[in-house]
Amino acid sequence: MKILNCPVNGPRPVSEFVYAGELRPMPDPATASDVDWAAHVFNRRGVADVKHEWWYHIASGVWFVAERNTATDTVLRTYLYQKPAA
Amino acid sequence: MFTHHAQLRKAYDVVIIGAGGHGLAAAYYLARDHGVRNIAVLEKGYIGGGNTGRNTTIIRSNYLTPAGVKFYDKSLELFRDLSQDFDLNLFYSTRGHFTLAHTDSAMRTMRWRAEVNKHYGVDSEVVDAQAVQQACPQMDITCAGHAPILGALYHAPGSIARHDAVAWGYGHGADMRGVEIHQQTEVLGIRVEGGRVRGVQTSRGSIATDKVLCAVAGSTPRMLDMVGLDSPITIHPLQAMVSEPIKPWLDPILVSGSLHIYVSQTARGELVMGASLDPYELHSTRSTLDFAESLAAHMLDMFPFLSDVKVNRQWAGMADMTPDFAPIMGKTPVAGFYLDAGWGTWGFKATPVAGWTMSSTVANDRNHPLIESFGLDRFARFALTGEKGAASVGH
Repeated sequence: MKILNCPVNGPRPVSEFVYAGELRPMPDPATASDVDWAAHVFNRRGVADVKHEWWYHIASGVWFVAERNTATDTVLRTYLYQKPAA
Repeated sequence: MFTHHAQLRKAYDVVIIGAGGHGLAAAYYLARDHGVRNIAVLEKGYIGGGNTGRNTTIIRSNYLTPAGVKFYDKSLELFRDLSQDFDLNLFYSTRGHFTLAHTDSAMRTMRWRAEVNKHYGVDSEVVDAQAVQQACPQMDITCAGHAPILGALYHAPGSIARHDAVAWGYGHGADMRGVEIHQQTEVLGIRVEGGRVRGVQTSRGSIATDKVLCAVAGSTPRMLDMVGLDSPITIHPLQAMVSEPIKPWLDPILVSGSLHIYVSQTARGELVMGASLDPYELHSTRSTLDFAESLAAHMLDMFPFLSDVKVNRQWAGMADMTPDFAPIMGKTPVAGFYLDAGWGTWGFKATPVAGWTMSSTVANDRNHPLIESFGLDRFARFALTGEKGAASVGH
């Protein structure tokens, strides 16, 4: 069983988590063009890379970010999301 | 069976990336039906070594959308003649296909699919639990009490075939007509000038061409990066496994979305079993014990008597998933760059029709009518082709 390190609960089996895709900046819905908005809704960065991804610990309801290599499935670190300073 | 070509030519009319079933089928129909024979098929590994050789070989056309039903039904029609076409035994075996429903909402989807199917002339009907039991007396239709079967969508034309032979047949037919298949030849770049394709850089040198067909399944995002196109495709592993050979007992193909199972018995007596997609992005064909354990547990819910049967092999393929579970096919904003992608977990059964429609699309530089609902541009128009309800695989 693969182990993922939850920043709140520590190491837990990966089956306790839900993957929710890459962390991506959202364009401003008020100013984005239709084309840009559709691209944001649907398009993804599909190539393998080290990606910052949303993960969710089901049992405790913790959302956090995992930095993971999607070619090797190596998790480099996990951390709680901090809103960038405005 | 295949001619070895020591050298790449300087230029080709069409370059096809990927010598899987889809790429070779497109080459075959381009040469046979459209008179285009100056074609190179480039393959970084070996013929049929990707998802063509990694699927569970199920062929059916009981889809959900009109576009999907018409498309896959054409594929079944082409499949039936292939052994004759190739003079090669594909072990095409019509078994009948049950999609089991364990809940009222699943029954509703089955009725919906049956009505769409019947409207387009596809042999498909909803049957009750007794009919399932009759077709498969060995099954515990209460599924150990966890998930009693209420009924099923029955699709009599559902079939299995030898997947490797499909790729070999198309490859051999293309080869005989002058198509060059270059294995161990990796594409490193695609030259685009003024918004149109001009050539391909490979691990064995550069070639000039005005038309490139990309048919690379799990490597699609990397190819799209080379031509500067965005897409919704994400890569997830899809695992499968096969049991030791046992005496013939399972005639139909059985699928359960709720228990995440699809299973059939091959002519050799092995049970070929698949389950759900791995739950997160990964560009790897590694296998996991979690998968084997969970699939085996669900198999035992349906067939307790298999508890002593051994698993022989387990493997994975990289599935190029799309948000609406329909493929992405046809022309792209880059002139001369054609896409046959987004085949996720539903690509093998489409091998003939994908090759057939893409050959016409490439030869005429115009999307074939059967693939109009599958364009890359559908996302920007929010005009999706929702096939999730017809996917066998739990997602």
